[in-house]
Amino acid sequence: MNPESLRYTPTHEWVYFEEQNGQLIATVGLTQFAVESLTNLVFLELPKVGQHVQAGKPMGVVESIKAVSDIYSPVDGEVIEVNQPVVNELDLLSRDPYGSGWLVKIRLAENKEPEGLLDHKAYEAQCASEPQ
Amino acid sequence: MVFINNTEAQIREMLSAIGLKSIEDLFSEIPRECRVEGDLGLPHPLSELELDRHMQRLAGLNRSAQEVSCFLGGGCYDHFIPAVVDALASRPEFVTAYTPYQPEASQGTLQAMFEYQTLLARLAAMDVSNASMYDGASAAAEAVLMSVEITGRQKVVLAGTIHPEYRQVIGTYLQNYPALLHVVDYRQGVCDVGEVARIVDEKTACLVVQHPNFFGCLEPVDRLGQLAKQAGALFVAIFNPISLGVLRPPGDYGADIAVAEGQPLGIPMSFGGPFLGVLVCRQDYLRRMPGRLVGQTVDRNGRRCFVLTLQTREQHIRREKATSNICTNQGLMALRAAIYLAALGGAGLRRLAELCLKKAHYAARQLSTVPGLSLRFRAPFFHEFVLQDAYGKVAERLTALAGDGVFVGPALGKWYPDLADCFLVAVTEKRTKEEIDRLVDLCRKWGAQLGAKTEARTKEALASSR
Amino acid sequence: MYENYGTRTIFELDKQGCSAVSWPAVDVPEQRLEELLPEEYLRGDVPPLPELAEPDLVRHYSILASRNMCVDSHFYPLGSCTMKYNPKRHERWAALPGFSDLHPYQPADSLQGLLALLYELQQMLAALAGLDAVSLHPAAGAQGELTALLIATAYFRSRGEKRRFVLVPDVAHGTNPASAKMAGLEVVQVRSSPEGIADPEIVAQHLSPETAVFMITNPNTLGLFERHIRRLCEMVHAVGALVYLDGANMNAICGIAQPGKFGVDMMHFNTHKTFSTPHGGGGPGAGPVAVTARLAPFLPVPVVVYENGRYRLDDNRPQSIGRVRSFFGNVGVLIRTYCYLRTLGAEGLRRVAQHAVLNANYLMYKVSQVLPIPYNRRCMHEFVASAAKVKAERNISAMDIAKRLLDYGFHAPTVYFPLVVREALMIEPTETESRETLDAFAAALEAIISEDPELLHQAPHRMPISRPDEVRAARQPQLTWGEGSS
Repeated sequence: MNPESLRYTPTHEWVYFEEQNGQLIATVGLTQFAVESLTNLVFLELPKVGQHVQAGKPMGVVESIKAVSDIYSPVDGEVIEVNQPVVNELDLLSRDPYGSGWLVKIRLAENKEPEGLLDHKAYEAQCASEPQ
Repeated sequence: MVFINNTEAQIREMLSAIGLKSIEDLFSEIPRECRVEGDLGLPHPLSELELDRHMQRLAGLNRSAQEVSCFLGGGCYDHFIPAVVDALASRPEFVTAYTPYQPEASQGTLQAMFEYQTLLARLAAMDVSNASMYDGASAAAEAVLMSVEITGRQKVVLAGTIHPEYRQVIGTYLQNYPALLHVVDYRQGVCDVGEVARIVDEKTACLVVQHPNFFGCLEPVDRLGQLAKQAGALFVAIFNPISLGVLRPPGDYGADIAVAEGQPLGIPMSFGGPFLGVLVCRQDYLRRMPGRLVGQTVDRNGRRCFVLTLQTREQHIRREKATSNICTNQGLMALRAAIYLAALGGAGLRRLAELCLKKAHYAARQLSTVPGLSLRFRAPFFHEFVLQDAYGKVAERLTALAGDGVFVGPALGKWYPDLADCFLVAVTEKRTKEEIDRLVDLCRKWGAQLGAKTEARTKEALASSR
Repeated sequence: MYENYGTRTIFELDKQGCSAVSWPAVDVPEQRLEELLPEEYLRGDVPPLPELAEPDLVRHYSILASRNMCVDSHFYPLGSCTMKYNPKRHERWAALPGFSDLHPYQPADSLQGLLALLYELQQMLAALAGLDAVSLHPAAGAQGELTALLIATAYFRSRGEKRRFVLVPDVAHGTNPASAKMAGLEVVQVRSSPEGIADPEIVAQHLSPETAVFMITNPNTLGLFERHIRRLCEMVHAVGALVYLDGANMNAICGIAQPGKFGVDMMHFNTHKTFSTPHGGGGPGAGPVAVTARLAPFLPVPVVVYENGRYRLDDNRPQSIGRVRSFFGNVGVLIRTYCYLRTLGAEGLRRVAQHAVLNANYLMYKVSQVLPIPYNRRCMHEFVASAAKVKAERNISAMDIAKRLLDYGFHAPTVYFPLVVREALMIEPTETESRETLDAFAAALEAIISEDPELLHQAPHRMPISRPDEVRAARQPQLTWGEGSS
């Protein structure tokens, strides 16, 4: 996926929206910035298929050796697919965060893109202002 | 002062290096109103010789188990501790080190804890063990919290035959949670299976059972485990590690989490602490475990070594989202347990358990022949059993026995009003046949005297009523 | 000294048939197990434990012991842990059978010496706290925190109040927020001032009628005295909430200042920090809790009381939160605490605090010539240096320094805590170290930061192992010996 065409949260999740059978589906992952600043990932916990998630609320956890971060859902909706291979092989996340390292697909509760997500430029600006 | 290394001259130099005149100046930020005035009422300092005298005197005012025959049970037992346990566990390299945060400087502690985890997991036939909790009771409370977290359910079912203090601790830990505690009644000294079947349901987080239970009796663990499983609840077993020398282990009868008081494994009774909380569980619940875990890995040169691992579960990293607030644990007690188990080996532990079991059954048989005493429950038991006193004079009887140098108990009325005429007797490998026979004799004599007195009183009463 | 025994695990040393313990023969009439217990309860096998004879067992644990650094042999400036010398005399006294061989259910009149000791310890700790009543039960500081928070909630319940928030400064130990959650309360993190201490104005923004407890560590984890403590307590009390003092750092002020005079309502002591009881490779400790008179009815049961010339355990206290553990606390540890207090008295404790603070300030001065101290003002018992500058300039991290110190024969300081300091090295010398040791440590630090960074990335070089692969340990946890071990 092309990072420039994605939407972002301030908490370092990326979102890709597409329409399937008239329903809006969000694919969610972690940004390269997040993956790199976590370093040495050791554990990933994702929501279950069928679980309802809320925008801005934790839906999973990513752990490195000495740090833990919540993964926040960018949207309201229901989890319809979970990327099991990435749970088993965390290197996918560091190798290809915008591709095979995606995390979950969520069917949106309201069939429209939520407001308030950042575009690529705004997200990059945010990262630049954060201490490494 | 004996614990301070600097001379007066050095103190002056150090003060001058940091630009201060007096040591008092170091505390200039502490407001006057917060300062201590006077000696706080603390006693004046004592030299080592003086304090030695004082401590010997205080110790002499207590009657240690070495001066009496100790048949006391109820979760703390007078077992023999081999010298090798004391000698190795008191090495300063273990005693005066801290939590092994720097693995390179702590391989001794780390490997010993890894071995402890393995020994306990093997003994209980469970997958994983943590590196210790405070005691059996708080380990049980943590197991309950873990179950609530894992299942997302709010109903906790406790057997009424669990150590009453453990039930109290679980109650304390849960007092601000929405979780509801249900205590199941007992029948013939064990959990009422019918009631368990009625109470344990799809809202139940866990069923907690002690086996052997507080009365020493063996619970129908297979059946209880099935009932928990059918309801999708976790089965939490509280076990006695010594009993596993002869009894089937928790992993074998379906426990999901098992906890124990590790005191019997080479830890002095010390009036109840420091003891050792054992917590073992199935692999599935690894990431919900409280406490430290040691794992095996390799170093940068490929050498096998050990580190603290999965620390993201713990308070120093995950703070309010941690699986528990535990930080300091009972490391040195875990070391004692590991040395003890390794010293005995499998066959040694089996022999020990057999000794306890056989002596306890001999004592039970003999005591139940004493007029006025009988076994309260028919259920099979391990090394502890409940006696009923037909005269209903438990306190007097136990006091009289203590006067004769035999400690027996505890009396059960404090926790079980319906068992006000009952008390526990525990028999470890340390009790000889001679001591058991003496206990039986003393009980017989005491009963006879009481009988005579009662008879005399009855006669008197009859006489005066005429 | 070279030993060629290697580092085999006890499972690799297993020789079935050996044992370090022999048991006496059964002296009661012999019966088979099956006659005593129904077979369904019996295990068919022997427990799968390793078997070793005593000499092998002793050698194994002796070798393990040789692979530890400890206070007896090394300077151990692990910040926040107070690794001070542990007096040998305490070990002897705690091991007297008249203390170590007592059963918790034996009659009170056979325990008068111990109960007198515990009673006196309750009194001494209350005096040091400047508070009214003490519980000796909590097994460690964290359990002390939980106990106190449960006392607070029980107190509010008794007044018909429902309060749910606990305010915790950002520099607090992780146990504070974790204990608050375990007590069923919600955590509000409070930012510290640029000075590194709690700022009354920031705290004020978080106070509300729903605030239950403000937890504060004083001196705090940066080693700084919380100067505004009295004002903070007044503000917290003004909204009807309680103040909890985390006594983890009491060693800096014990005998000099009394938390009761700060205005706090509850506190704990860490006996293994303040009162020199051994850390034991991770425990046992003890975390006695002290409270004001109005909270005393809520203390855990039992409490030692003295009536009619006799000591006894009182568990008839209807407002008590109940038991926090079985029996009566980590008594063996409490005995050592008692001995320490009796050896030192009030004047000795004051001297201990003075020397702990003097050593810390002296070492801070020496270290400040090598590494920046971000909160550089008068410290108490410890201070925090930062390796951020050497990290930026020479790619030398706090961890590199910590690991290399081991090669110089010093245990590493605490690193990467508190979180408010980048590349933190938290250093606590304690009062029992000599000036010579402090000078040598500072010299080692100075030498290290001018060493080749590559050498440091690979450090330590003189320890039994170097830089374990923690990622591997966490990704594929192997927590027991067995399949795949070698």
